[in-house]
Amino acid sequence: MPAVHGGERRWEAEAAPGMAAARPLALLVLLVLGPGGWGFADPPRDSLREELVITPLPSGDVAATFQFRTRWDSELQREGVSHYRLFPKALGQLISKYSLRELHLSFTQGFWRTRYWGPPFLQAPSDTDHYFLRYAVLPREVVCTENLTPWKKLLPCSSKAGLSVLLKADRLFHTSYHSQAVHIRPVCRNAHCTSISWELRQTLSVVFDAFITGQGKKDWSLFRMFSRTLTEPCPLASESRVYVDITSYNQDNETLEVNPLPTTTYQDVILGTRKTYAVYDLHDTAIINNSRNLNLQLKWKKPPENEAPPVPFLHAQRYVSGYGLQKGELSTLLYNTHPYRAFPVLLLDTVPWYLRLYVHTLTITSKGKENKPSYIHYQPAQDRLQPHLLEMLIQLPANSVTKVSIQFERALLKWTEYTPDPNHGFYVSPSVLSALVPSMVAAKPVDWEESPLFNSLFPVSDGSNYFVRLYTEPLLVNLPTPDFSMPYNVICLTCTVVAVCYGSFYNLLTRTFRIEEPSTGGLAKRLANLIRRARGVPPL
Amino acid sequence: MKIKCRFQKAYRRAFDHEEEALSSGNVQEAEAMLTVPQEQAEGSLTMYVISERSSLLPQDTMSYIGPKRTAVVRGIMHREAFNIIGRRIIQVAQAMSLTEDVLAAALADHLPEDKWSSDKRRPLKSSLGYEITFSLLNPDPKSHSVHWDIEGAVRQYVQPFLNALSAAGNFSVDSQILYYAMLGVNPRFDPTSSSYYLDTHSLPHVINPVESRLGSSAASLYPVLNFLLYVPELAHSPLYIQDKDGAPVATNAFHSPRWGGIMVYNVDSKAYNASELPVRVEVDMVRVMEVFLAQLRLLFGIAQPQVPPKCLLSGPKSEGLMTWELDRLLWARSVENLATATTTLTSLAQLLGKISNIVIKDDVASEVYSAVAAVQKAAEELASGHLASAFVASQEAVMSSERAFFDPSLLHLLYFPDDQKFAIYIPLFLPMAVPILLSLVKIFLETRKSWKNLEKTD
Repeated sequence: MPAVHGGERRWEAEAAPGMAAARPLALLVLLVLGPGGWGFADPPRDSLREELVITPLPSGDVAATFQFRTRWDSELQREGVSHYRLFPKALGQLISKYSLRELHLSFTQGFWRTRYWGPPFLQAPSDTDHYFLRYAVLPREVVCTENLTPWKKLLPCSSKAGLSVLLKADRLFHTSYHSQAVHIRPVCRNAHCTSISWELRQTLSVVFDAFITGQGKKDWSLFRMFSRTLTEPCPLASESRVYVDITSYNQDNETLEVNPLPTTTYQDVILGTRKTYAVYDLHDTAIINNSRNLNLQLKWKKPPENEAPPVPFLHAQRYVSGYGLQKGELSTLLYNTHPYRAFPVLLLDTVPWYLRLYVHTLTITSKGKENKPSYIHYQPAQDRLQPHLLEMLIQLPANSVTKVSIQFERALLKWTEYTPDPNHGFYVSPSVLSALVPSMVAAKPVDWEESPLFNSLFPVSDGSNYFVRLYTEPLLVNLPTPDFSMPYNVICLTCTVVAVCYGSFYNLLTRTFRIEEPSTGGLAKRLANLIRRARGVPPL
Repeated sequence: MKIKCRFQKAYRRAFDHEEEALSSGNVQEAEAMLTVPQEQAEGSLTMYVISERSSLLPQDTMSYIGPKRTAVVRGIMHREAFNIIGRRIIQVAQAMSLTEDVLAAALADHLPEDKWSSDKRRPLKSSLGYEITFSLLNPDPKSHSVHWDIEGAVRQYVQPFLNALSAAGNFSVDSQILYYAMLGVNPRFDPTSSSYYLDTHSLPHVINPVESRLGSSAASLYPVLNFLLYVPELAHSPLYIQDKDGAPVATNAFHSPRWGGIMVYNVDSKAYNASELPVRVEVDMVRVMEVFLAQLRLLFGIAQPQVPPKCLLSGPKSEGLMTWELDRLLWARSVENLATATTTLTSLAQLLGKISNIVIKDDVASEVYSAVAAVQKAAEELASGHLASAFVASQEAVMSSERAFFDPSLLHLLYFPDDQKFAIYIPLFLPMAVPILLSLVKIFLETRKSWKNLEKTD
């Protein structure tokens, strides 16, 4: 029934500067609960799991890996209205507008030293890296607090509760390695994949240097690392857990002490070795109730012997050699330290266009003999449009070093493309190695929903090997740079030549000589007489 | 630019079906029967003059304004009948259509500040489309677990309103829930009512801290309207907004022009007794959507019209928007678009006059030509009263003029100032030119002397 009101009722909005208070406007809109007005479908469910894994590394440093996983059972690709709850609106709009299937974006500062720290949990190249059916790397970007703050804003609990309380920029950037990433991909909801949900994983890995945080000792605690402790779980998270790697605890019983004692432990084969983790569940009220906060501490009772860290089965190195600014050689060394198993490695190189690769000089040698790759894909560069793409599948023999080298020539850029004078040089993005590395202990495939999040980072199809992706170092090259002060030099020289030579020639050619009466001199003669008088010499 | 409004009137006798409709007992029924056969063109109004003694309108009302571009005016038997009825018609027509203050509000950006005071609520700037975001702010998820059926509410209440407004632009709606989002102001405690309140002076400071969490749209360039629903935390419940006089506002909401609106939703205190935290809160979307839709109307500048005395104003249709209100919005928007387009083109011309280094490419020139043509077409269509085509032409004019003005190719040769050209050429040519000039001067003096000598010897 339409509501009718007389002429004297008016709306008012107090025109205070900047805002207005809305008075009763109830009569305006007909909001009738029509029959069936409340028929609605259940909104798609979403769930949040958060997890922190603390791993002491063989060299004494401590690695902390945060993972926040939001899973949303919804079809985002359809047009129209979208309503967001835990999934951030900015990313959801990106997915539906550009019809993305997968998005991986990572920011990394520092380099993961595979040789000393062992294989990484989550690997990312030392720079910004984002790929959506394409792969792009920006080697020159610097990661800082301004990248961390919007990343934290995407989290539902947003650094006020749960594990995100520990994410404080002043401690997180005081580290040897810092990597934050956003991964979006669709996952199947059931075995037949009839419907999909979207999974958003936000991960952050940091490596704390033992000397800086621990003052020389290898003990660590949450407070010393992050200058915060955990107080409460995020109310929106269905799971909120901390895992601490205590593998060495079980081997010698009196080596280290973890405080508070864990209620449960978790054992599994991670990265090829059997590891044990202490589990702290923040939803378990017993853990937090005692002291109102949770500060995990680890103390070494007996200092561990300084043994050499175990060498990982696969690690790599890359460098540029050569002299001068015209030619050079790009070499990658791949180390396979397994005593008797050979395995294949997929090597992906994107070299910028200004290093012109000569593919006929590509040589791959292992143990002195030539090693032919079973698959090569090469896409040549186009000047200023796309870089070189070189992809190879190389079989690494057991216990060997394989050297992949290719020669290049440096190009001369246009004068507007050079960076300003105080610069490092030009960066070459890291190459990517993907391999199925044999594991020491057989692992069984796990159910992704039940197991901890970090377990699903290493997909295992059969138990004998696990997947690893490594990145090499980025490289710096110098390109032949012209001398940019030349225009100024040319102007000075030409103008001097013109002024001196042309002027003199012209005067010589056109000067007429005539006799002149001797005059009484002038200013010059008077000045000269002054000086002569001072000297005591008779004047002119 | 001068703007003049005039009404073009056409008179005719009522058709048979109209006579039949006007003789029914109730004005609402008459209305329903009248408008079914034909739809009027945008911008036009149809008014029916009924006899003085007709019982269609209640006894002392002189006129009635319907929701769909029709109105009924009571006639009179008098010597000056024509003038009196004419005056009544003009009053009703002005209430339903364009007046000076609507135009002033639309042109508020282009008029100097002192003439039209900035107290007038500024409606949203005309744009090709808008994005409306509803956000639920829950600063205390440990105490409240808030659920709102936003999809159903949008489908049922907001979408029909936006469909009615679709002639004015493209609209898209989305929503989100933000946790741990606090207002920037600490509310004060009022012991008499044992509740917390936010007074008028602190309201402008509420929005800023929240805005960083709301996020801008990643997908489109249209301006965003934010509507926030805030469920205060347990420690600050219940929370009321006070107006200038200190009384709590009935709807507990306020809006900010050109930005959006905020409503505070207090959880019923009875809900706390029964269960433990967190308490499940189901938001009453009817109450919320009433307020948000009213704020949306105010933001667009669709205000309550000045109805003449003794006039009956019908309620709005179920979408919440009367058709002639949409017409009024389109008139104002067309004028605003024309003003924007002409200002942009004039600025471009002035810029070209001042900086001679700007290069105008052919495509920029064609955009300027099409903008000018669109402005002229829009002005013609407005003069003849064709509102729909005038609005479309004015939008085209704005788009073309902005594309011409903001084209990046205008700046290519901008930073090549004249003094650098002098710095390069003068050191080269000056040393060459000086001896030549001196010899020229010497030659000139000598020839003058030789002329004088010639004259002397003559």
